Amino acid sequence: MSAPADAPRDTGAPAAPVLGAAGLRVAFAGRAGRGTARAVDGVDLDIGAGEIVALVGESGCGKSTLARALLGLVRPTEGRVVFRGRALGHRPRELKELRRRVQLVLQDPTGALNPRHTVYDAVAEGRRIHSGSTADEQEHVAEALARAGLRPPERFFLRYPHELSGGQRQRVAIAGALVLQPEVIVADEPVASLDASVRGEILQLLLRLRDDYGLAALVVTHDLGLAWNIADRAAVMYLGRVVETGPVEDVLSAPRHPYTRALLSVLPESGSGEPQVLAGEPPDPTRIPGGCRFHVRCPVLASGAAAAAGVAERCRGEEPGMLSGSGAAQVACHWAHAPERV
Amino acid sequence: MKPTRPTNPGAAGEPSADVRETGPPGGGAERPGAAGPGGAAGSAEHYLEVADLSVAYRTAGGEIPAVRGVSFGLEPGSKLGVAGESGCGKSTVALALLRLLPASARISGRVLLEGEDVLAMRWGRLRAVRWAGASIVFQGAMHSLNPVHRIGDQIAEPLLLHDRAGPAQARARVAELLEQVGLPAWRARSYPHELSGGQRQRAMIAMALACRPRLIIADEPTTALDVMIQAQILRLIDELVTDLGISMLMISHDLTVLADTCDRLAVMYAGRIVEEGPADDVFAAARHPYGAALSAAFPRVGDPSSRRAPRGLPGDPPDPAALPSGCAFRPRCPEVQERCAEVDPVLWPAGPRRSAACVRVLSPEQARAAGVPPAPAEEAGTGPAAEGEPRADRDPQAAARPQPQPEEM
Amino acid sequence: MSRAALVWTRRRRALAGYARAFAGNRGGMAGLAVLVLIALTALSAPLFIDDAALSLTGAEGGRFQPPGPDYPLGTDAFGRSVLDLVVWGTRISLTVGFLAAFVSVALGTLIGVVAGHFGGWTGNVLMRVTDWFAVLPALVMAVALAAVMTRSTLTIIIAIGVTAWPTTARVVRAQTLAVEARPFIERARALGGGHAHVMLRHVLPNVMPVVLAQTTLLVAEAILMEATLAFLGLGDPGTISWGGIIQEARNAGAISSGIWWYMVPPGIAIAVVALSFTMCGRALEGVLNPRLRERP
Ligand SMILES: Nc1ncnc2c1ncn2[C@@H]1O[C@H](COP(=O)(O)OP(=O)(O)O)[C@@H](O)[C@H]1O
Ligand SMILES: Nc1ncnc2c1ncn2[C@@H]1O[C@H](COP(=O)(O)OP(=O)(O)O)[C@@H](O)[C@H]1O
Ligand code: SF4
Ligand SMILES: [Mg+2]
Ligand SMILES: [Mg+2]
Repeated sequence: MSAPADAPRDTGAPAAPVLGAAGLRVAFAGRAGRGTARAVDGVDLDIGAGEIVALVGESGCGKSTLARALLGLVRPTEGRVVFRGRALGHRPRELKELRRRVQLVLQDPTGALNPRHTVYDAVAEGRRIHSGSTADEQEHVAEALARAGLRPPERFFLRYPHELSGGQRQRVAIAGALVLQPEVIVADEPVASLDASVRGEILQLLLRLRDDYGLAALVVTHDLGLAWNIADRAAVMYLGRVVETGPVEDVLSAPRHPYTRALLSVLPESGSGEPQVLAGEPPDPTRIPGGCRFHVRCPVLASGAAAAAGVAERCRGEEPGMLSGSGAAQVACHWAHAPERV
Repeated sequence: MKPTRPTNPGAAGEPSADVRETGPPGGGAERPGAAGPGGAAGSAEHYLEVADLSVAYRTAGGEIPAVRGVSFGLEPGSKLGVAGESGCGKSTVALALLRLLPASARISGRVLLEGEDVLAMRWGRLRAVRWAGASIVFQGAMHSLNPVHRIGDQIAEPLLLHDRAGPAQARARVAELLEQVGLPAWRARSYPHELSGGQRQRAMIAMALACRPRLIIADEPTTALDVMIQAQILRLIDELVTDLGISMLMISHDLTVLADTCDRLAVMYAGRIVEEGPADDVFAAARHPYGAALSAAFPRVGDPSSRRAPRGLPGDPPDPAALPSGCAFRPRCPEVQERCAEVDPVLWPAGPRRSAACVRVLSPEQARAAGVPPAPAEEAGTGPAAEGEPRADRDPQAAARPQPQPEEM
Repeated sequence: MSRAALVWTRRRRALAGYARAFAGNRGGMAGLAVLVLIALTALSAPLFIDDAALSLTGAEGGRFQPPGPDYPLGTDAFGRSVLDLVVWGTRISLTVGFLAAFVSVALGTLIGVVAGHFGGWTGNVLMRVTDWFAVLPALVMAVALAAVMTRSTLTIIIAIGVTAWPTTARVVRAQTLAVEARPFIERARALGGGHAHVMLRHVLPNVMPVVLAQTTLLVAEAILMEATLAFLGLGDPGTISWGGIIQEARNAGAISSGIWWYMVPPGIAIAVVALSFTMCGRALEGVLNPRLRERP
């Protein structure tokens, strides 16, 4: 941890990102006297080819909004979504093209599948949208179901979602994404609504898809264990901003941002060591504090360690700045960068 | 209703009820067939004693056996965690303890609270027990709090009714309770919708503590909450339970939460407890294949063996209305043997103060005594379920911890 | 079995499920039985009533003959059998009822789905228009429309169709909003589905049950409205309808001279048909409404 914090380290991540956000901001107009919610407040994040990136953070920090913005489902107020080196336009044709090559998997497969559509219809839907009903549709649907681990696929064709278990439903949703042979999957909490014993299987599936087909993925999660399980790189988000990013081994084994440390320390069964339970409620994106956005809850600042390192003033008054979207290990914290840390 | 000898429906090769009920708590674990954590019914050492509890829901599509013969005991001041995937019957057990089940439920067995059978209690006595004997904290605090009453009034209600406290007394106690759960006293005047999720769960805990119960039943108390808030609430519950010396039954699908909070851990599958023992031991080295799969499903951040290797359990959760013959876990079990189809395993001793409902924990002699067919010759006495040496990656002491270096903090 | 055959088997099984649920509803079954009977009567009427018996000049009966063996419900001012008239009137009433209900449900569904799906500016404008139509007394509107257009059955259908849709539009819009909030809509959009795809493949099938129940209820309303318009003398003078019979009876002074058999039978017919449709509609609502019965 003696290397200069801002010197990017080579992580072996592929050079050309497939999908990414550049200076992305999304604000929602406030309702009934509440201020504007800056749900995503300046994020650079790249997903390289064949790379699995985990986006972690407390609920309400803007993870889903970022994921939806990457698919053009919400319009950024500032910044761009970049796909294959080109900024995404928001005309219907461009969006449709993006949504053929980038697929979204939602948290709750029960809600994400139309209860009146059979498994076959749900999986074929994407193909019908993009290439109409073709003669070989059935083969493609069968192959996608098989790749998602539903074998033999024919047995599932005519089932309705309510006749499947939760894990099977999520596999159907993933098959519906795979049928278009996407280059990237954006999965928003893909296993959060599933039982722990079923989660592993779905995560293994994502890993296998990456290994077999080079499918890149952005996995949104609040579960650090999941990031450790499958991701190559992690980005920790706090109040609309990525505050720490880098290879999973670095971010989760040697966290540098006080927020990442706190998140890790409160994991149950994390072993000895005093958990740093941050007091108070989850932060509110309508009122983002000035200076470092974490400073009001920061245990390092509260304990005086930041003052000892001579950065307390900057914590309160100076924004640490945006991290680049590349694979390098970086942290947005004055204290983590302070040379005279004790 | 006064149930006589509890019987376990359809259990082949099950030890007789006599044997099940005479084992001293935990101690008799070496006897083949001495089933159940602390089997002694009505033992004075147990604040709560559940014996062969079964619950079936009557539905249009037939009866659903949601709980199929659950026995456990809870010593005063101890914390028992009940884990298992959704639908395995955890909430049903919790509700049955205080007879809060819907009318469609058929209950049998015994629930002894300080030696008194809750299932046979008169209504008035039951009400008193629900206030002062044991109280329950549910997952969805919003549903359990009345939206049109102030928090303080809701906390004060049982005080005024049950404790016959005067208004001033009640107000003082409410303030004290709110302080105990970390809410400012002025919050008594708030309505539930004015509180955040974590604050509501705190208010629920204050309500549960109002009449100084000796047992708290917490059903998924943190499931809907965020990681940080979950940590706050768990810490609060832990402190309160320890400080006040009350017992706790905590239900969760999250094994890590229970392993962290509780002394003992029971793992449920398809309406049965399939594994029981000291929390750390069960989490680190489960003897039942389901317990092992469940604990493997919670990776430890920093543990190299789980890096890029998510572990899960193939197959689908069981349908309580259509369970297979023999061991209910058989269709998903990675260690299944032929005899698993023939015996319906019950909790057999599986180490010091531990038990598991799997034929693999039985030594050949124990198997013979319990009437279980012998293991296939080449496998006898081996396999991961045999006399548990903790897996290195799960041992609480062995695994390297991914923690910030101390000098940095 | 081929896939198409399997799909068909599934559909049939689902329909059988609905049928069973419907059969469990006594009111709905009673309404359905009455409707089947009436529909059969209407269809077979030309077989046993000849044109001459209905013409003003060719009728054989005497003027205002009370009910008797020859004429079970007596005769009218022109000597025609009131029973024949009422049976024949069924044809017009049902035709107008169904077509008008179809027009208004189609209009209401279109406006409801579009308003619910697009929301915002489009939705607001559409809903203001709907509100405006809803507060206009439908009868007055229909009277005005029927009065300015030529007096024909088609006019009546249009007049009812364009005034009865606001209820449907509101119900459908509410249902659309509920469907649009569900995650499978977001999934469809993320798959690249456009507005048409979302509305046709996802919203419409999910609002269809409501629409179907609404149609049945609206048929009853349309039949009542048709009778009212005909009674007010705005119907097609060349056709026989229930409302028209009552109007002729009134013109002939049937009320003051106690010729009850001229007025009561068509009145009862209107009430029975409207009630039967309403009972069927309510039963269908219970069976099909996804909020009451969550099954595909
Ligand atoms: N459509 C919306 N309108 C207004 N505010 C929204 C909308 N979607 C999200 N938000 C707000 O943006 C913030 C981030 O939400 P979200 O991206 O869902 O967080 P996460 O997925 O990390 O839990 C939250 O405070 C939420 O209330
Ligand atoms: N009121 C009820 N009527 C019918 N079945 C029920 C009812 N409540 C629960 N069940 C069934 O009983 C089983 C156990 O449910 P529950 O105790 O809630 O499980 P858990 O809390 O472990 O998720 C499930 O299969 C569930 O579907
Ligand atoms: S910049 Fe300062 S306040 Fe922000 S996280 Fe670092 S030490 Fe804490
Ligand atoms: Mg989210
Ligand atoms: Mg439950």
